[in-house]
Amino acid sequence: MRNIFLFISRHFNLLFCLLLQGFAIYLIVHYSKYHEAVFGETANQVTGQVNKQFNNFSRYFKLKRINDSLANANEMLYNKLRQDFEIPDSIPNAVIDTLRIDSLTKYRKFTYRTVKVVANSVAQPNNFIILSSGTGKGLRVGMGIITPGNAVIGIITSVSNDYAVVMSLLHKDTRLSGKLKRTGETGTISWNGQTPNILNMSNVPKSAKVVVGDTVITSGFSTSFPAGLLIGRVEEIFSEKSTNNFLIKLRSFADFNNLNYGYAIDNAQQISVDRLLDSLKKSH
Amino acid sequence: MATIPKNIIRFVLLVLIQTLVLDNIRLHQMITPYIYFLFILWLPFRINRTLLMILAACLGFAIDSFRHHPGFHMAACVLIAYLRPFIINLLISQEDGEANYDEPSVKSMGGLLPYSIYAGILSLLHNAWLFLLEAWQFGDAWYFISKTVLSTLVTLALILLAELVVNRKQKFRTNTA
Repeated sequence: MRNIFLFISRHFNLLFCLLLQGFAIYLIVHYSKYHEAVFGETANQVTGQVNKQFNNFSRYFKLKRINDSLANANEMLYNKLRQDFEIPDSIPNAVIDTLRIDSLTKYRKFTYRTVKVVANSVAQPNNFIILSSGTGKGLRVGMGIITPGNAVIGIITSVSNDYAVVMSLLHKDTRLSGKLKRTGETGTISWNGQTPNILNMSNVPKSAKVVVGDTVITSGFSTSFPAGLLIGRVEEIFSEKSTNNFLIKLRSFADFNNLNYGYAIDNAQQISVDRLLDSLKKSH
Repeated sequence: MATIPKNIIRFVLLVLIQTLVLDNIRLHQMITPYIYFLFILWLPFRINRTLLMILAACLGFAIDSFRHHPGFHMAACVLIAYLRPFIINLLISQEDGEANYDEPSVKSMGGLLPYSIYAGILSLLHNAWLFLLEAWQFGDAWYFISKTVLSTLVTLALILLAELVVNRKQKFRTNTA
């Protein structure tokens, strides 16, 4: 027993170092949804405040680019206005963001909310985007975020009262269902952890007639995004030798180096879909 | 200025510079410039080793809070805090620097070369351990090695630049004073 105490007192610093290293590695490995709920909320409030103050100052240097992107978004919206189209018959046109249950009433499915990006990174292996609005402005975990140009940038992973943390598409855990716009095959979008703005699309069968330059859009299979939002453009196509699938490299439509404003997509049916999935998990 | 307030100010300033300025600089995907651990490098010679490691863990945790995944920088900071006294002992003799000056600097370590070696070894260790933990998830050896070497060169340049810019007055302490 005495020897043990002697050993500890002699090597206290080494043991203390190993203890702290062990604690740090434990945090890395076991950082989960639960910890995020406990630690994330306080940290979000503090770091969000710092990022917001700094953003207030640095935003002035970006005003020109923000103006340009908003003007472009406006142009796109003007082109979608009803008076731009001639209606072929007396039945009103279906609007993309509504879901019909019977032919007389329309139910809103998706609501868009403006969010401001206060911090963003692209150089890390796991990138996050911080927004300066949180539960107070109706944001929830699982909502999708897009740029004013309709391109996907990420999904909210944790929310505090005033801030939200978005898992960028440039994150190793990102999995998004994408669809080739021209031919219709779906695949999984992920990121290889190296070059910003280059995404991987896997699980596309070799029967798909993909060509370089094809557009990839959201499939609408996830509850976070409606179908048809832009993800990327095919840049290179590799055929995997061991499987029957292509591996496709995409250049993302969203410029992750330059994010200022975005829209959070509130899916009114997300909660009921999640509840169904939960009950499915419980019954198995 | 008294040691404790001075170091608190340094801690806050370095964390803010790192997270608000340096993290937004994208030189290349292989290069991540780091300077925040200069706080550990500049702590007094005579600091208790346990306290040094606790401070390093706090510093790493502060950086991790901005990155939204705790652990990575904490592990790297604790490692260099543990190894700092050994490297100081290797580079300078007890009588020269530690007895006469408060903190490691070009002057107190007896020239630019020993100081660069001190800063270089610690930044190499910091970056290597940090990128190793990060690379665990991706597992690409060449990516890891080239990123470590390139980032360390940039980090070292930043540290030497900080030494030129920041005027740290080093009093020569004597026994008579």
